[in-house]
Amino acid sequence: MKGMAEGKLKQFMERRDFLNWFLGTTAGAFVLSVLYPLSRYLTPPPVAESTARSVTLSLKPQEVKANSGQIFRFGSQPALLVNTPAGELKAFSAVCTHLACIVQYRSDLSEIWCACHNGHFDLNGKNIAGPPPKPLEEYAVNVRGDQIVVSKKV
Amino acid sequence: MENRSSEHGKLWHWLDERIGLKDIEKLAKKKEIPVHPHSIWYYFGGMTLFLFIIQVLSGILLLLYYRPSATEAYESIQFLMTEVQFGWLVRSIHAWSANLMILALFIHMFSAFMLKAYRTPREVTWLSGGALLGLALGFGFTGYLLPWNELAFFATRVGTEIPGILPVFGPFLRRFLRGGNDVTGATLTRFYGIHVAVLPAIITLALGLHLFMVQKHGMSVPPDVERRGWSKRVMPFMPNFLLRDLVGWLCALGILAALAAFYPAELGKKADPFQPAPIGIKPEWYFMAMFQTLKLIPSHILGIEGELLGVLSFGAVGAVLILIPFLDRRTAAGMPSRFPAVFAIALILYSIVLTYLGYTMSATK
Repeated sequence: MKGMAEGKLKQFMERRDFLNWFLGTTAGAFVLSVLYPLSRYLTPPPVAESTARSVTLSLKPQEVKANSGQIFRFGSQPALLVNTPAGELKAFSAVCTHLACIVQYRSDLSEIWCACHNGHFDLNGKNIAGPPPKPLEEYAVNVRGDQIVVSKKV
Repeated sequence: MENRSSEHGKLWHWLDERIGLKDIEKLAKKKEIPVHPHSIWYYFGGMTLFLFIIQVLSGILLLLYYRPSATEAYESIQFLMTEVQFGWLVRSIHAWSANLMILALFIHMFSAFMLKAYRTPREVTWLSGGALLGLALGFGFTGYLLPWNELAFFATRVGTEIPGILPVFGPFLRRFLRGGNDVTGATLTRFYGIHVAVLPAIITLALGLHLFMVQKHGMSVPPDVERRGWSKRVMPFMPNFLLRDLVGWLCALGILAALAAFYPAELGKKADPFQPAPIGIKPEWYFMAMFQTLKLIPSHILGIEGELLGVLSFGAVGAVLILIPFLDRRTAAGMPSRFPAVFAIALILYSIVLTYLGYTMSATK
């Protein structure tokens, strides 16, 4: 009699263990089935990056004075066209390598400068003062007739 | 039965039988506030709460006119400021009350820190307060973008770039916060949702926990006061302390109204992702010390990028603040401990000096 009761108890415990395991796994699977679409939903979908390797500006070369700079759109990103005091056209990414503010040309210093954290770049895009850790990416500038064409190097 | 009607009315008894007002009354009557030379600091938690309530109310009012999109946000606030009657007032109160709330919160935090209110058994109170500080700064950061003006745009570019420099998770975190690779209209709707729905839901829980813990443990008497032989003098919360609280809230409301009326919130220029950052760009004052640190830090220190080092040290300071109940072993053992006061005063002095430099150093040199 006693042995039978114990056997039943053991069987009962096993059944309970199984049910607990079953319930736990089901709950876990349920949580995962909620979390997975939720996390996918919260991650923004990739937007096709502009693959444009070059851009033709709406500016004419004679419109850009020496010792001045101008922001233009390079795909989806801002870029900076600089006419150096020597009259040479140069173009750089306008996104500061420090914390991604948009840089500007300082005619009083003949330097590229970021207003956010006082970063300075020379006219080759090299970081020369302040916190920026890397130089600005330089683009190739070609003047064809009265058109300015800026393209990615490499 | 006979003293029933003398103390309370019929409605009170009707409600008491259903929701148990008697228990609440007993609880309120039991609550006491210790009286000692540092009692003044007990007022700043309630002050923060009062300003938070003003934030909720004025924020709800702003929701009625605000439109969360890159093409309409700026214009809707322009409309609010110029066409809607008292629109300028509601927005100015929201902006100023936010600043005053952060100020009251900082005073509350530093006083609790220096008076060691975090010690056993109040660790959870302290941690929930730390969560509330983080949430308040989150409110400030997400709300700042909503007008979609130039300052907001660049503050958000920089602010979302900062987690981006962290190793491994950084780039994902930046994309997640921005709702894309750049700060765009997608960032605006994301921040809007966080500001008006996600953070309010979380702060309700955190605030509930914080207030429950304060209620459970009562006010902490600073160990230094206890050591010097505190007289155990107390004042009842109802009505003595609450009435004093009210006086403080009334003063805060007066200051708030004056600031909002004489210095209404500005709107500035609409954000343009293809314009350089404006000269003299600044964050809110409570981010100024960190901003100025990032500005002065050299690009590389011992081969590590300066900004990464800066961000990691902000994290370390924050960790000491949050984890102080577990770091301050001397106080936990009942011994006098100077570390919290020294740390807090050093941090306050550092912040004041850097904030001062942030506002006075020439922006263009």
